[in-house]
Amino acid sequence: MASLQEYLFISGLLFAIGLAGVLIRRNIIVIFMCLELMLSAANLTLVAFSRFNTGENGLPDYNGQVLVFFIITVAAAEVAVGLAIIVALYRARQTVDVKDLTSMRG
Amino acid sequence: MLELLSWTMLLLPLCSAAVIQLLLREMADTAIRISVGSVAATFVIALLLLESEDRTLTVQWANAGSFHIEIGLIIDDLSRGMMIVVTGVGLLVHLFSLAYMKEDEARGRYFAGLSIFMFSMTGIVLASNFIMMFIFWELVGFSSYLLIGHWFQKDSAAEAAKKAFLVNRIGDFGFMIGILMLWGILGTFAFREMAGSATVLVDSNSTLTGIAVLLVFCGALGKSAQVPLHVWLPDAMEGPTPVSALIHAATMVAAGVYMLFRLQFSAGIEIFEGFAGTTIAWVGGITSLLAALMATQQDDIKRVLAYSTLSQLGYMVMAVGLAGDHSGEAGMFHLYTHAWFKALLFLGSGAVIYACHHEQNIWKMGGLFQRMRKTTITFAIGTAALMAIYPLSGFWSKEQILEAAHHDQPVLFWLAIIVATLTPFYMTRLFIVAFLGKSRGHGAQEAKEVPPIMLYPLFALSCMSVIAGFTPVAEKLSPAFHHPSHSFSPTNPVFLISLAALLIGISSGILLYRGRDSDPLAGNRLFKVFRNKFYFDEAYLVLVRVFQNAVAVVVHFLDDFVIGNLIVGGLVRSASGVGNLFRKLQSGNLQGYAFLFGAGIILIIYLTVFAR
Amino acid sequence: MPVFFYAFAAISIVGAIALVCFRNPVSSAISMVGSFVGLAALFIGLNAYFVGIIQILVYAGAIMVLFLFIIMLLDLKAPSTFKRSSPMVIVGGLIIPFTFVIQLSAVLPEVRGGNPQALPLEEAAKGFYDKDRDPDKQSEIYNSLRQKSLPDVNLVGLTLFGHKGDNASIRTPGYNFPLQITGVLLLVATVGVVALSLKKKKSKSGGSES
Repeated sequence: MASLQEYLFISGLLFAIGLAGVLIRRNIIVIFMCLELMLSAANLTLVAFSRFNTGENGLPDYNGQVLVFFIITVAAAEVAVGLAIIVALYRARQTVDVKDLTSMRG
Repeated sequence: MLELLSWTMLLLPLCSAAVIQLLLREMADTAIRISVGSVAATFVIALLLLESEDRTLTVQWANAGSFHIEIGLIIDDLSRGMMIVVTGVGLLVHLFSLAYMKEDEARGRYFAGLSIFMFSMTGIVLASNFIMMFIFWELVGFSSYLLIGHWFQKDSAAEAAKKAFLVNRIGDFGFMIGILMLWGILGTFAFREMAGSATVLVDSNSTLTGIAVLLVFCGALGKSAQVPLHVWLPDAMEGPTPVSALIHAATMVAAGVYMLFRLQFSAGIEIFEGFAGTTIAWVGGITSLLAALMATQQDDIKRVLAYSTLSQLGYMVMAVGLAGDHSGEAGMFHLYTHAWFKALLFLGSGAVIYACHHEQNIWKMGGLFQRMRKTTITFAIGTAALMAIYPLSGFWSKEQILEAAHHDQPVLFWLAIIVATLTPFYMTRLFIVAFLGKSRGHGAQEAKEVPPIMLYPLFALSCMSVIAGFTPVAEKLSPAFHHPSHSFSPTNPVFLISLAALLIGISSGILLYRGRDSDPLAGNRLFKVFRNKFYFDEAYLVLVRVFQNAVAVVVHFLDDFVIGNLIVGGLVRSASGVGNLFRKLQSGNLQGYAFLFGAGIILIIYLTVFAR
Repeated sequence: MPVFFYAFAAISIVGAIALVCFRNPVSSAISMVGSFVGLAALFIGLNAYFVGIIQILVYAGAIMVLFLFIIMLLDLKAPSTFKRSSPMVIVGGLIIPFTFVIQLSAVLPEVRGGNPQALPLEEAAKGFYDKDRDPDKQSEIYNSLRQKSLPDVNLVGLTLFGHKGDNASIRTPGYNFPLQITGVLLLVATVGVVALSLKKKKSKSGGSES
């Protein structure tokens, strides 16, 4: 079985890739996907800690997994709302490119 | 009883002024009655107080730790005599004003002003400490401003009032600093607590004390119109003539001398020793000389008298500054006699001006002796007293001053002798040109004797001018009178020299001006300088202009560069700079935000995990 | 040598990289599925079967379909609309994650390893033994544990809803209230989506502000 460090590193790596995607990509839907990826990476951390941080009875700490459960639930809701916003945005602007969505003259 | 009387004396004029100002401005005749009544009452009180013992009445006003300010009245030889002068001349001037201002629209305001003046002058005289004196000092300046500018519709009067006020402010600023310095040195504002402290202090800290005294003298410089702050007094003649008589001849301008002598009297004569006293004496001497020279070439009857007042004030200041044995008392004695005869001269000139339909140029008068004999005689008495002809009052006091100068500062004595020559000269000129010969002007030809209400004050004043100098009278009335160390004798060299000066002055005046229609000296270049008052005003104008320009340049620099560009502009620039910076940040660029957000997270991780 | 771990870790990482790199959003979405499946496998490898299944169902299933649906709806698959980010953005976008990974690597060695051993299921079963019941009628958890299988769903449910009695050795604050709130959140989200999607009178600026 892989060590906690390895899981955390994979989790961090996924998070970093997601962050890079958010920073680099201009397609707002892809950015949104990358956000989901980052959330999942965080979930991996939680599950890894849950597994390795066993309780007195030797079982994983299920509080962590419950948190993951909540995160997934909220992420689902977020995706639904976010995609609805994107659709509305696209209707208004005919684009999903964040550069083109910028309307301020900074 | 004494207490009640003293406070009444101080507050009565204030009440009168307040009542007039608040209620009776439209009811001029009632206002006048109240004002005259109040001054008459104060005069009676002043007479009653003559027999009282020395007292200081105080009320605590402000306390802060060891720092006390009190309001108090000091009743002693000095203030008693001074009150007689102030209220006496004040009463007569009020009476004279009744007639003189009869047709003035704003009589109510005028008499309210006089009442305020009486209040503030009484305050100066009776003040028991410097703070209170300073307050009344300013009040006097204020009432003088009101009265000079009484005919404010005339530009020159408004200008003169402003000038008087501003010039006085310059002096008062020094006065204030001087008061504070003296407080630092002596530890008290109260006059009665100063006694004896000077001896110790002067030994230990003479330079500082000298500077403090000189700063206090600055106040006198302004109020008593000494060179170089004398310029306001001649212009102040724009005010009504009775005001000139009361304020700018007899009382207010003497306040500077009174204050100096009060300091000398309380703190001891030692405080005037050293450079401070010498400077004061020299300023006085130079003022008296310059003013006398200027007086020789004035054509306006009031201006001649104004410069003569300056000259006499210079005498007094010189006497106080000499700080010799009883020279200060001589100065006060001169103040006292001068008040009577100068008020007489001014009121006389007022009568003349009134009779000549407000003609003030002496070259357009002449021949008044035939038309207004009584006035002329009183004026002649005043003139003689001013010239110091034996045995009129001016003679006694002037002799005391000359004696003191002769004793302490021979150079100043000779300077004073020159003045003593010039005084008879210009007074002879004035008298001959204005009253003798034939009438040269329209107003003078129609002049007739003034009403009795004007004459009575003249009579009273000429009476005082004659008798005020005699020892029995002076003993009673003069402030801090001191018997001359030796009685008058015709063989005294000082007397002989001054007699010679008098004769030279009179005879040259008669020789030059008898039967003339215009001034024979007018074309002379030297006398032109005198006529133009040594170009003091012009010099001040240049000085003010240069100074103003310099200040303006500095201020402009400050305003434009420091405030405008650096502070305001800097604020603007920094605001817009910061705004631009944040505008860059607030670009609406999603990736930019995300980048900053990520950078912030990195930074937070660094700070919380690695930088601990 | 945990082969499965490395394999699935590699799958999820590659999927993630592909998600970022593909120009076509459809390809990105497909790569995301791959990545999430790998991630779910990792969850299962961590004995979190329930979470792993949910991950697949919700993410790889529902959300993924939603994304694809939107992409198709908006007709974004044409690569011709693709505009490459400026080099500055790419460099900046790489530096920050890179710094993050470096920071993470620096911290990781200090993390205590925890317990990498297989779960002691049979011993854990003792904690769920209810003395008041018959030995034949013990709880599902106890029975499963006795049979050396982890009753993952039951344990998550127990943690989620809390439990009565002293027979369970699971410490939980109870998540009833958060669960209710989450339900409300989902409801609100549903309503919000409907509200956002309504076409109202050709409003130009639209619902870009949710």
